[in-house]
Amino acid sequence: MTPPLLEVDDLVVHYPAGGMLRRREVQAVNGVSLRLEPGETLGLVGESGSGKSTLGRALLGLTPVTAGHVGFDGKRVSGRDRAGLAHLRRNAAMIFQDPFNALNPRQTIATSIAEVLRVKGEVPPAEVPARVAALLDLVGLRPDLAGRKPHALSGGQCQRAGIARALAIEPRLVIADECVAALDVSIQGQIINLLIELKARMGLAMIFIAHDLAIVRRLCDRVAVMYLGRIVEEGPTEAVFSSPRHPYTAALVAAIPSLDPARPLPADPLPGEPPSPLALPPGCAFHPRCRLARPECREMAPPARHDGERITACVLSPDEITTTQPRSMEP
Amino acid sequence: MSAPLLSVRDLRVSAGPLDLVDGISFDLGQGEILGLVGESGSGKTMACRALMRLLPSRQVAVTGGRILLGDDDLAALPEADMRRLRGHALGMVFQNPASHLDPVMRIGDQIAEGLRLHRGLDRKAAWAAAIDLLAQVGIPDPARRARNYPHEFSGGMRQRAMIAVALSCDPGILIADEPTTALDVTVQAQILRLLLALREARGLAIVLISHDLGVIAQTCDRIAVMYAGRIVEQGAKTDILRRPLHPYTQGLIRCQPGEDGGGPGLPLPTIAGQPPSAGEMPAGCRFHPRCPRASETCRREMPAPHALEGRIVACHHPLTGEVP
Repeated sequence: MTPPLLEVDDLVVHYPAGGMLRRREVQAVNGVSLRLEPGETLGLVGESGSGKSTLGRALLGLTPVTAGHVGFDGKRVSGRDRAGLAHLRRNAAMIFQDPFNALNPRQTIATSIAEVLRVKGEVPPAEVPARVAALLDLVGLRPDLAGRKPHALSGGQCQRAGIARALAIEPRLVIADECVAALDVSIQGQIINLLIELKARMGLAMIFIAHDLAIVRRLCDRVAVMYLGRIVEEGPTEAVFSSPRHPYTAALVAAIPSLDPARPLPADPLPGEPPSPLALPPGCAFHPRCRLARPECREMAPPARHDGERITACVLSPDEITTTQPRSMEP
Repeated sequence: MSAPLLSVRDLRVSAGPLDLVDGISFDLGQGEILGLVGESGSGKTMACRALMRLLPSRQVAVTGGRILLGDDDLAALPEADMRRLRGHALGMVFQNPASHLDPVMRIGDQIAEGLRLHRGLDRKAAWAAAIDLLAQVGIPDPARRARNYPHEFSGGMRQRAMIAVALSCDPGILIADEPTTALDVTVQAQILRLLLALREARGLAIVLISHDLGVIAQTCDRIAVMYAGRIVEQGAKTDILRRPLHPYTQGLIRCQPGEDGGGPGLPLPTIAGQPPSAGEMPAGCRFHPRCPRASETCRREMPAPHALEGRIVACHHPLTGEVP
């Protein structure tokens, strides 16, 4: 059996929050374990403060890891091992939410992409312009846009340039953090289709961080649902969405606005809001909002239960999660 | 149908030579929720700010049309009279409540301020009324929470507080500009539920502006679809969503992931190209460069809005008699 491309063991990321008198700590990621196979796409979903972006950044070594272990290609990349991190960064790239801020505003997009090729140093200097042109073509940008700076591009064009830049290193892993959230819906589809096509063409492994479940359902093979720094449920995308096993997943699926005019708003949406990651509730972090919470949920965080390809961190058995009617998103 | 509460006719909002809103007309009935949907730059926010006469700068102005509310034309009203109507007749909530609430004033005081100024209540009565309003918008323990500052509220509670401020002078119309866009999806459902409950309880009419067709579909009675400064189609929600007549409306519906019936890994339907900016509007129908049905007529002539199958559509080649 080939080793997974990415292996994450009990990862913890805490960082200090501002405040002069009281030292406080943001508990962004609290013990996450994940595996990603080559060519696989994993969706990472959750609401704001769930730690999904911090997790994405920590995987690439962009945020210091407090505890736990990240391995890429069988090599340890977290901790003091710089060689492992260098190997990861030659093979992994990130696509950001705001394409305007992710590109240098003073450089043309061709220069921004050429810079990556030069730093990586695998393409002879004479061949750089041809390679840049090929990358722009790959993401569907007309050659005459190569000389433009980010402000002279539309949001969708700019995101394509950001994707071209990420692909310049010929990555085996791409982490995309809310990469279509800032785009209009008619443009979102164009970028998602580009990712679907690139995935098939280049065998890319991808971690797709998003709050939009409908897009995740379209793009991802597997999905991991995060709540306050933990993965509460993980499994094959269709299985998780059509029969959620964690009450939080069930509520999230039920809250997706539907276009069916005959389908009203959920009568009884999830109560309250996620607590701050500065002050996590004891026990299962979801218990204050959970209608099915039992006394033991207030005391002990539920361990992850494995059942085939599905993982759930909840004390309830799957058939007990019926109060929030999960529903299909098909019209 | 009884006479509409608010009638907008040929409303035009311009920034210098550029028309940001180019002649839109719609009615809003008592207790009705009208959804105004469109992509960024479609003019939906400018149209609604024009209703409140809260345009972002002196360069942006209402340059034509009428906004009829009772006997008043808000487009022509002197600023002093407009100030009286704001709050009383029309209330507004915004996408980001944090930047529209005063950070150094207690929530209760922000609500009570309007009650004292507009309804002449004394300090004690205004404070009691503020607590009552907080209870109506679903803030738990309102008497204690009224003494909090905005930073002590979560995002969803701040939006509830802003709705309470907007409702403090008992307006008949609430204009809600992307009220749930900054909120998480589970909290979004709570706020939309609240808007529906307030409509029931107060007979409130609401103009709900959103880029999210799903949000519009679950809350509104009627929908107006905006593209490049114009309303391309408006009508009853069920008609528009089940059988759109304008190719743009159809494209917008098909673009929603999960709504086209496609499975995992299959490409999403898209609308080719991108919306035009105000400075470079195409001649003829503004949607024609992206429209699969565009003809020579569309390139030359701007389609006029006309009644068709129970709604109003501005298209030379509407999708009549076709199975969607």
